[in-house]
Amino acid sequence: MIPEIGHFALWLAVGVTLLLGTLPLVGAHRGRTDLMALARPATQVLLGLIVFSYGCLILSFVNNDFSVLNVASHSNSQLPLMYRIAATWGSHEGSLMLWLLMQAGWAWAVATFSKSLPLPVLSRILAVMGLLTLSFLLFVLFTSNPFDRIFPIPADGRDLNPQLQDPGMIFHPPMLYMGYVGMSVAFAFAVAALIGGNLDVMWARWMRPWTTVAWAFLTFGIALGSWWAYYELGWGGWWFWDAVENASFMPWLVATALIHSLAVTEKRGSFKSWTVLLAITGYSLALLGTFLVRSGVITSVHSFAADPKRGAFILVMLAITVAAALALYAWRAPKVGLGARFSSVSRESMLLANNVLFIVATAAVMLGTLYPLILDALGLGKISVGPPYFNAVYVPIMAVLVFFMGLGPMARWKNDSVPALAVRLRWAAGVTVVSAALTAWIGGQITLGSVVGLLMAYWILYTVLAELWERVRPAGGVQANVLHRLSQLPRATVGMMVAHVGVAVFVFGVTMVGTYDIERDVAMAPGDSTTVSGYTFTYQGTQPVRGPNYEAMRGHLVVTRGGVQVSEMFPEKRVYKVQRNPMTEAAIDSRIHGDLYVQLGEPVAGDKWLVRIWVKPFVAWIWGGCLLMGLGGIWAVTDRRYRVRATREAPTQAGGASVAR
Amino acid sequence: MKFLRYLVPMGIFLGLLGFLFVGLSLDPREVPSPLIGKPAPAFELSRLDDPAQTVGREDLLGKVWMLNVWASWCAPCREEHPLVIDIAKRKLVPVYGLNYKDQTRAALGWLANLGDPYTATLVDADGRVGIDFGVYGVPETFIIDGQGIIRFKHTGPLTPDIVRTRIEPLLKELQGAG
Repeated sequence: MIPEIGHFALWLAVGVTLLLGTLPLVGAHRGRTDLMALARPATQVLLGLIVFSYGCLILSFVNNDFSVLNVASHSNSQLPLMYRIAATWGSHEGSLMLWLLMQAGWAWAVATFSKSLPLPVLSRILAVMGLLTLSFLLFVLFTSNPFDRIFPIPADGRDLNPQLQDPGMIFHPPMLYMGYVGMSVAFAFAVAALIGGNLDVMWARWMRPWTTVAWAFLTFGIALGSWWAYYELGWGGWWFWDAVENASFMPWLVATALIHSLAVTEKRGSFKSWTVLLAITGYSLALLGTFLVRSGVITSVHSFAADPKRGAFILVMLAITVAAALALYAWRAPKVGLGARFSSVSRESMLLANNVLFIVATAAVMLGTLYPLILDALGLGKISVGPPYFNAVYVPIMAVLVFFMGLGPMARWKNDSVPALAVRLRWAAGVTVVSAALTAWIGGQITLGSVVGLLMAYWILYTVLAELWERVRPAGGVQANVLHRLSQLPRATVGMMVAHVGVAVFVFGVTMVGTYDIERDVAMAPGDSTTVSGYTFTYQGTQPVRGPNYEAMRGHLVVTRGGVQVSEMFPEKRVYKVQRNPMTEAAIDSRIHGDLYVQLGEPVAGDKWLVRIWVKPFVAWIWGGCLLMGLGGIWAVTDRRYRVRATREAPTQAGGASVAR
Repeated sequence: MKFLRYLVPMGIFLGLLGFLFVGLSLDPREVPSPLIGKPAPAFELSRLDDPAQTVGREDLLGKVWMLNVWASWCAPCREEHPLVIDIAKRKLVPVYGLNYKDQTRAALGWLANLGDPYTATLVDADGRVGIDFGVYGVPETFIIDGQGIIRFKHTGPLTPDIVRTRIEPLLKELQGAG
């Protein structure tokens, strides 16, 4: 019964989204408060229904109800409980349920935390989100029902793919979807503004925190995925330019462009139609990514079971959603106006450069991802584009981007001059060159890539410091003022600085691990040892161990440095009972200055095993940098001006809304 | 005319949509099937471990063999590699590697790391032979019979399922007949 009830709740949700997607729009158009007032409660009911339906799905997994096809294909009675819950989003059908949950959750959050929004604006936004939810509901119900039954009922399930039985599976998909679907909020704000014709500074200010939060989640989600791939796939790589990774990366690039262009729209009223276009593009790319992943038009490591029928459905969804938004854009945007003028050297022009570069980067990634498809469609043969393409195209774009990233925050709004900027940044530039040279020299290996990477990392760091210094510099020689002014810095500014330093940390990690990574393969008998960049690894032997649903051989290595034991490592080779494929579980000892990464290879002769050892300097900085970027974004959202606005404009709703924001 | 400028995004999107629509009817995992049942294209490639030696189509006539296309930059190749090792270890069929658009040093390092199941790895640095074989993306796997006819092709990483249900029966049939 439980699956049928869950299924039924989804149909009820269809009814709710039909109401939510139409009545408030009509209400906003005709100025009828009663219809507009429906939007908020409808959103609440929608979330309730979808949470309920999702709960039914979870219950089916937890109860090992193998009469449900989805459970039988992706779970097993021996699967630990937390993975049975995580397995709800381990399938195509289940991941769409997660999408729906997030979609309804975001709509609810907008309804709850946007008390300062005028009712017509809020109604339009929620209506658009309702329509987006509707399209996904129909997709689930018509092509991907997670509650389908099977007969005869299998005795046990086929188990979750062993590679997914990892904590990464618990956190990565929800985070990523949170960000992915969060792009729909920006989309809804943009479409609502086009409908209502109220594209102004206030609109940008309302939209900005939502976009930034979605962007932060997307950042966390992608970083988690990358970290997961790093330790789970067991060969030390952290980004593979896989079609599915690209599918999440393209919306991220556009979202990054969007949060920067929103800054201009909010502060100066410029870039308005551009900002709207970016908001539409971000969500469109999230949809495009979904299409690529689910339809099987592109081969990928991550791909879900592909089904052309689903592909056709998403394509129609994509076509309707995006075409409607772009048509609205073509109709309404010309009336938006241009906003304040600015000179060719100014904060605006720097941010424009930022936007152009991000779009070029997105186009480059998109081209690489779709190239095989396009050539195939044109009948020009079947080809593949590997990381060689992406690295060659991507790195130069990022280098230029980082250069502007240093200049941008220092440049003044409206008008600045190159000589003035050069004077203000001369110290940062000098120290950057010296630091990069020193680091490369200490590292002992100088390549073009390492020098460029280090220059980029230090350039960001020192320009942020230079900006910080300009803002808190003791005026009139009063030293005590420095700390006071430091504490008075707006959170938005601090958030931006933290995020930018995050980029520096990220670039530093990528550069160091790309240049100084050491990899060693040794056949070891118990008692043998080998030394890799100062660390001595002594192999103690291998023992069989038993997990809840797998059997494994576990190696034991003791790591010493200068005679002192620094770590014990236990790499494993597992065989999962149901699917029988072997899995290597690397042992990783993560430190701030680098990771030790040990993997058990094959048994050689006798009790000798092939052991693979990596020393990866500063690799953790890659994800640390992403974490800083996301946290910087979240910190910026807590800025006073977003809260002040909320309380001032909604004096009746005392405190509650503003605290929640 | 200003109106037209704002239609540009729509134009780009419609173009993209067209390609996606056509793409939907193409299956990247599907062989350009004309190749199945046809003689394998002729090739003469040098070995990865010893560029002085070459292996050609004629050298392999008379036995059933498997061609596994891989590259060190290819993520799914790593995923399927244990299966290729397993096939070689169980001596189901001699496996030849086709190292596709790769650098020799990276390729050798890859094999040293992950194990070398290949009877020989042939170097296809510019991807010419890959084109002749209709390689869409790496990894791909072919089975060629004693008469030099392509009998099977799989695009994308091998899975235990494919090995068990498709490759093993086919090999049994071919080797039984030969």
